This record gives sequence, C-alpha cells and structure tokens, in this order.
Amino acid sequence: METIATIPDFDVRAIRKYFPILNRELNDKRLVYFDNAATSQKPQVVIDALTNYYSHYNANIHRGIHTLAEEATAAYESTRVAVRRFINAALPEEIIFTRGATEGLNLVAYTYGRQNINAGDEIIISGMEHHSNIVPWQILCEEKKAVLKVIPIRENGELDLDAYKSLLSSKTKLVSVVHASNSLGTINPVKEIIDAAHRVGAVVMIDGAQSTVHLDIDVQDMDCDFFAFSGHKVYGPTGVGVLYGKKELLESMPPFMGGGEMIKEVTFEKTTYANLPYKFEAGTPNIADTVALKSALDFIEDVGKESIRNHEIELLQYATEQMKTIPGLKIIGNAKEKVSVVSFVIKNIHPQDLGVLLDNQGIAVRTGHHCTQPVMDYFKIPGTVRASFAMYNTKEEIDRLVAGLYKAIKMLS
Amino acid sequence: MNNNKTIQETEEEIIDSFSLFDTWEEKYEYIIDLGKKLEPLDDKYKIADNIIKGCQSTVWLVSEFENGRIFFKADSDAVIVKGLVSMLVEVLSGHTPDEILNAKLDFIREIGMMNHLAQTRSNGLLAMVKQMKNYALAYKGIKEAEKI
Repeated sequence: METIATIPDFDVRAIRKYFPILNRELNDKRLVYFDNAATSQKPQVVIDALTNYYSHYNANIHRGIHTLAEEATAAYESTRVAVRRFINAALPEEIIFTRGATEGLNLVAYTYGRQNINAGDEIIISGMEHHSNIVPWQILCEEKKAVLKVIPIRENGELDLDAYKSLLSSKTKLVSVVHASNSLGTINPVKEIIDAAHRVGAVVMIDGAQSTVHLDIDVQDMDCDFFAFSGHKVYGPTGVGVLYGKKELLESMPPFMGGGEMIKEVTFEKTTYANLPYKFEAGTPNIADTVALKSALDFIEDVGKESIRNHEIELLQYATEQMKTIPGLKIIGNAKEKVSVVSFVIKNIHPQDLGVLLDNQGIAVRTGHHCTQPVMDYFKIPGTVRASFAMYNTKEEIDRLVAGLYKAIKMLS
Repeated sequence: MNNNKTIQETEEEIIDSFSLFDTWEEKYEYIIDLGKKLEPLDDKYKIADNIIKGCQSTVWLVSEFENGRIFFKADSDAVIVKGLVSMLVEVLSGHTPDEILNAKLDFIREIGMMNHLAQTRSNGLLAMVKQMKNYALAYKGIKEAEKI
C-alpha cells in the first residue's frame, strides 16, 4: 500500500481510500458516518498494525528475554515515544497508558485526589463536562467531604469565565475541565483556565477526549498538570488511552492498581513500586492496541494536523450554513471556537425519531444526551441530534444529511 | 375494550398489514401514523412510577386488572417508539396474565422492527416489554393468592 506521505495535498478522496469501512452500504446507500465524536473509523494502517502484531510478534512485554518479547516491548515503548511527541510532553515517562480517557480521569481522582483533597477543599469542573469528568469527582467529594463547584455555561455554549474566576479561591485544590465539548463542540480557553487555577495553587486536569483528534496539543505550552485522551477517538483502536501527568506530580502519587509490572520488589512485609511510568501500569497492558495507536498517530501526522483542521473547519462552516436553512432547526452550541461538531434540535420532533429515519437513509448520527445530561438540562431539551465530522467526511455527505433531514421532517409531520 | 382476538391473531393482522409495504418509508410512515393516532396518556398518569426510562426516549405504561384480564395504556415522547408501543398495547391489552406471559411477540421480528428492541436503541421499548410481562406475573400472583 502506498504510504500516505505520497499524497501531495489534502485530498479527501484519497484519504477516504485508507478507511475500508467507508465502502459499506446500508439500505443500498453508501454509509455516511457522522458519529466521529463517539468513535472515529480506523485507517487500514491501524488495522494492519493489529494483525501484524498478532501474526508476527505477539509476546508479553518487558521481562521476556526472547526475540518476540523484545520486539513487542520495543513496539509498545515506541508508541509511548510517539505519544510524547504528539502532545509535546517533556518526557516519555510522563505518558501512562490507560484504557481510555475515562480511566485517566479516574486514575487522577483515585490517586492524586485521595492523597491531596481534604474536607472543605473545593474541586471545580464545568457545566459542559461529560459524565466521566463529573462522577469521579463526585465520588471523591463524597468520600472526602469536599465541595464540587461548577462553572456555568452561557446561552451560546461557552463557559462563563468571569464566574469561573469568582469560584477560584485558596480552597480550590483541583480544576478539571473539558478541552472541547462533545455535545456542543465548544473549544474552551484552557490556557486561561489553567493559568487562573495555578494562581491560586490548584492543579488542573484537562479532558482531551474530544480535542486531541482535532487540535494541536502541546501540554507544556498549555501547562496543564494532567491530560487524558482515548485512542479510539484519534483513529486508533478501542481499549487504549493516555494519561499525561507532570513528572513530579506522578512521582508523588500513590499507585492506582497493584499487580505485576508496577512493582520493584515484593515481600510480604513491604512492596516497593516501579519507577514511572510502570508504577501506573499494573498487569499485562493492552499491548496490541497500544502498538496500533502509534500507527494512528503517525497517520494523522502524515496527513497533517493543520490540513485536517482546515478541512474540518470548512465542513463545520458548511454544515452550519446548510442546517440553518432547515425550518425549525436550532443549533445547540454556537461558540466562536468549535471543533467539528454540530448539535441540533428540530422544533416538535424528538431527536430519536430523526436518528431512526436518518439511519434508514444510511446516515449515522448520534442522538440523545451524549453523556452530558446537565448540558441538556441547561438548554431544557431531552437531547440533541449530533453530527460530528472527521478528516474523511465531505460536503457531499453533509448535503445527504440535509436532504435526509428534510425527508425525515416530511415523514414526521 | 374487550379483546376478542387472540394474541396470535392480532400479531398476524399486523404482519399482514406490513406485508403490503415495499419500502422502509412506507413501514415507518405507518408506524408514525400509529404513534400519532395513539390516544395520549392523561397527564395524571405521566408520573415517575409509570415511567420506563430509556436512555433517549421515555415510555409511560399504565395497567389495570379487570375480570382476570390486563388492560394497558401507554405513551412515549418519541413518535416512532409511540407507534411501536401502540402495536404492543394492541397485541397484549385485554388478555389474561398467562396469555401475556406466553406471548412470544414474533411479529416484531416479522415486520423487521427487531432492531428497535436491541439494547443499543435504549428507547425503553425492550424495558416496556419486560414491564408488561412483569405486570402479568404480578397479577397472576394476585389472582392465585385470591384463590387460597
């Protein structure tokens, strides 16, 4: 197969050829996949990396002295190096492999949180968090008698930063905010949020589940203390994710889980823990998916993040303009800075009915509350229809969505 | 509304109606129509106790037990689910607990709507079928207790 580097300019038709699933037909219609914020499709190079690993060098990593173990270890660790570069962490040992963003958030809540949050302390999250960036902190606050504070959302889907700043105080010990909202598309000004939190001595965790695939991530420039994302949303496999943490913080934290891999020495009296990053990687890790994650990141870099972003902005603008022509349609989330997510409702129609009728036309969107129930409560809606775009989507597909919506509305009214 | 037809007969009628449709559009237009025609549940029944909460849409289900037969009324906030709910009510309402417990509801598969009962749909429909059977089980218990 030709390498992606041979594609001179961003050419969506050429890019689509790398994603075999896009050839699928549903109801005799070519699949239009607009559920990328839930999970992205996988390029052939990622699928090949999985097959190649299991076909040629499957072995348990780190302690084996045979050739396969060495090859598997080298491939696994080379993903760590690739991730470090991808998000510009200072050191590879600041990269912890997890099952996904959710595990990264929980890891920090259960280790850093339990160690450092005390009664009366305050944790700040935002009103547009995914449930995975709400529930771990609620559990922690209940256990520690700490207080959870919420940055309010404004009508356009942006955070109220003045309100945020007024929530900050010497009681604030941790701030955990989503970089890009999965239900609204809003890109939050994380640098400003982090800087303000640091001024009161709080540490900051950024949920990068949605942002990592769309935006340039530089954790050093951002100066976040923790950053989590999922492999499957960046064209990689499911079941692998990344937690970045600043080295001095990760070193000071107790382990999350005990087991193999994460120990230095075990006796019945006392166990000493392995150095970073292994202290947080108990048990045999998800080797195959971690190995294939590197292929996904390489693929993104080969296509070019800037080109992808430009293409996605074009799709977002086109979709927004086209959707506005549909009578009764209201876009939920109109922030100035958005990733390629369009969430909407249509007057007097339940989002689920639209989802069912679009599915019958071969168009995959997501409907519902998108695991952000407080956002839906704020806008007083049961849910939205969400179309989210990736590098392989086209304007023609958006045309099909718009036509599909007209048809659905006609059938429902 | 006493139901003189057997569950099997009502299921067959529905299957016959659907056999006239050639396209998915016709099927769904029919279901949407059923949904719109279903008499809305009085607001006094739309209480938490009667909600079968799906992840996306809500179904309300009310039952009454009269002369050994169970009568169902239901509603949903999504019209396609409401159409499917309407068919389930039509099939099962007015029958005895045993008849309801033994109903296989194969018509859902026959008319090509099985995917709506899949768990991923999270629309409360699967939970509604379970709840209808739970009512049947509960009323059966009451009936048998009365005999003692």
